Amino acid sequence: MKKVVMGNHAVSYGVRASEAKVISAYPITPQTHVVELLSELVANGEIDAKFIKVESEHSAMAACVGASAAGSRAFTATSSQGLLLMTEMLHWAVGARLPIVLTNVNRAIGPPWSIWTDQNDSLSMRDVGWIQIYCESNQETQDAIPQAFKIAEEVQLPVMLVLDAFFLSHTYEIVDLLDVEKVREFLPPYNPELKIDPADPHSFGNLASADYYMELRYMIEEAMDEARGIIKRVGREFGEHFGRHYGMVVPYRCDDADVILVTSGTVASTTRAVIDEMRDEGIKIGALKIRVLRPFPFKEVSEVLCSAKKVAVLDRNISFGNHGIFYQEVKSALYGKTDIPILGYILGLGGRDVTPKVIREVADKAIKDKNPEPYINWIGVKK
Amino acid sequence: MREARIPTDEIMGSGHLACQGCGATMAMRFALKALGRQTAMVIPACCWSVIDGTFPHSAVDIPIFHTAFETAAVTASGLKAGLEMRGDHETTVVAWAGDGGTFDIGLQSLSGAAERNEDIIYVCYDNEAYMNTGIQRSSSTPVGSWTTTTPVTNYKKRPKKNMVDILAAHEIPYIATGSVAFPEDLIRKFHKAKDIKGTKYIQILAPCPTGWKLSPELTVWAARKAVTSKVYPIMEVTENGNKIAVWKEFEPTSFKEYIKPQGRFRHLKEDEIAKIEKDIEARWQRLLAKEEMLSSIPGL
Repeated sequence: MKKVVMGNHAVSYGVRASEAKVISAYPITPQTHVVELLSELVANGEIDAKFIKVESEHSAMAACVGASAAGSRAFTATSSQGLLLMTEMLHWAVGARLPIVLTNVNRAIGPPWSIWTDQNDSLSMRDVGWIQIYCESNQETQDAIPQAFKIAEEVQLPVMLVLDAFFLSHTYEIVDLLDVEKVREFLPPYNPELKIDPADPHSFGNLASADYYMELRYMIEEAMDEARGIIKRVGREFGEHFGRHYGMVVPYRCDDADVILVTSGTVASTTRAVIDEMRDEGIKIGALKIRVLRPFPFKEVSEVLCSAKKVAVLDRNISFGNHGIFYQEVKSALYGKTDIPILGYILGLGGRDVTPKVIREVADKAIKDKNPEPYINWIGVKK
Repeated sequence: MREARIPTDEIMGSGHLACQGCGATMAMRFALKALGRQTAMVIPACCWSVIDGTFPHSAVDIPIFHTAFETAAVTASGLKAGLEMRGDHETTVVAWAGDGGTFDIGLQSLSGAAERNEDIIYVCYDNEAYMNTGIQRSSSTPVGSWTTTTPVTNYKKRPKKNMVDILAAHEIPYIATGSVAFPEDLIRKFHKAKDIKGTKYIQILAPCPTGWKLSPELTVWAARKAVTSKVYPIMEVTENGNKIAVWKEFEPTSFKEYIKPQGRFRHLKEDEIAKIEKDIEARWQRLLAKEEMLSSIPGL
């Protein structure tokens, strides 16, 4: 059934279709609609789940940890400061190997207070051990949720789905809503082998000496590596069921491109419009959207980018002291594979609009720029 | 205090990692005897994260989920919801935390769980300081006490936080305090808590010989004297925080006798002891007055 829904509600409908059993959340702008609709759907029986209305985001993740340890499918949503407050429990979910799904609406971090989008909140959780998937449209956002549960439950790692504040969260688009029955064929009920069960008592997470700890970390990395194949397979299977296919990256007019712009989130769609405009002018330019940040798609990224003469990475985030984060990631993916210039551009922080004009400015600059210098290229900053 | 039969089932094994004379270990043994094997437990950072044993061993024959310091009550809330959604409505879910994880860092999530009236038993085994990290003061540390962060030259001047009143303000169905010196009473309280729906809070005085600078064979002695000297009243708060029953049928003993073998109070001078004694009596009288006052209000 097609319906015009806001990005946040696309998340809620994705959770409904995935039949999450325990939802726990705390309100924060611009995520709040996600859990408002979910609490309504739980209250009126459209979802057979328990909704735990906790007193903080830290507790929201802790409740998910408890529920998931009991063997129930658990979901939460948050944003910015809320995600930061969860940090400790995000680590806990990974170490305990719990397949929790979280939606993070990308919002800039204070101070100064900002409710508008940038990626520094989710990217500061890059190294925690969560699989991270960046969404570009409301449809993609909804579709990502059952995929996320399927991936998470297979590799026993949590998955974070990320969408831009306001540009997606509050924007209405047509979404083909998922049918619960049909999703059930794609995503079987969660029934883990190991769980909290008095009939089969185990102690989870107790003190581990140096004889064991490292092996447990090794197994997390193994699972993360295994996730590369599983994310692709699940994206294909989703396509077979619902007609919409998903992969690790989305190249656009890259085959003969001299310059490729690397993007993520909603900037990707704006970029494609600019690519079309420039192609019409005869400029050989393409775009590569990175959908999955963890595990990082080294192979896919280098396969696409190595054919170009120049790469420009657009970062809606900044790692103070070392470029944008996607820039670092792309650079490490291409290390030793090519010697083409890789240029980094910082833009759109704190919700500053990344319009076609801004992207055209980056593209023109990237065509002109020769080396990855100056150190960081700031776009549109008032100095 | 009525007698209760002590179940013979030993759910806690002897191969645990506690110090000699550990009160927290006695508390767990009694609690599990009452609760039985259809129990799942959440343990945040505390002595019991170590006592349980190192991977892949556990001293306890029920499922245990170790969680972060400040999350005992909420992880237990999630666990209960998760079990119920799997169709398990029978398992008793217990949060088992120390006083630091209850009075201090875990208070927020405990308050949240109590306000929602989550169907869990929250147990605080109270050894009156951060014993696992090496005896630092918590807000449960009693007035007059030495700890490594309240040195004798600047011992703890503020009274122990009143968690019972804080929990009572949440209008939860059952609150009790107890002491490892009175196992029958503890077991009766756990039996009772198990059959009540909603949030149950049980706080157990569990002396720590290491932190109290007490000879290990005196754990039970100190746990008894704390009650009979009125330092640690044992009581039940029922009817959603509106009825208090304080146990009074004991031969009173002195505070001075209670603290004598405890190194943590050794620095106290006579006048300081007298002042604390006076405050203990005043607190006791206020508690009795409150019990009386609440009993005089007819229920709705």
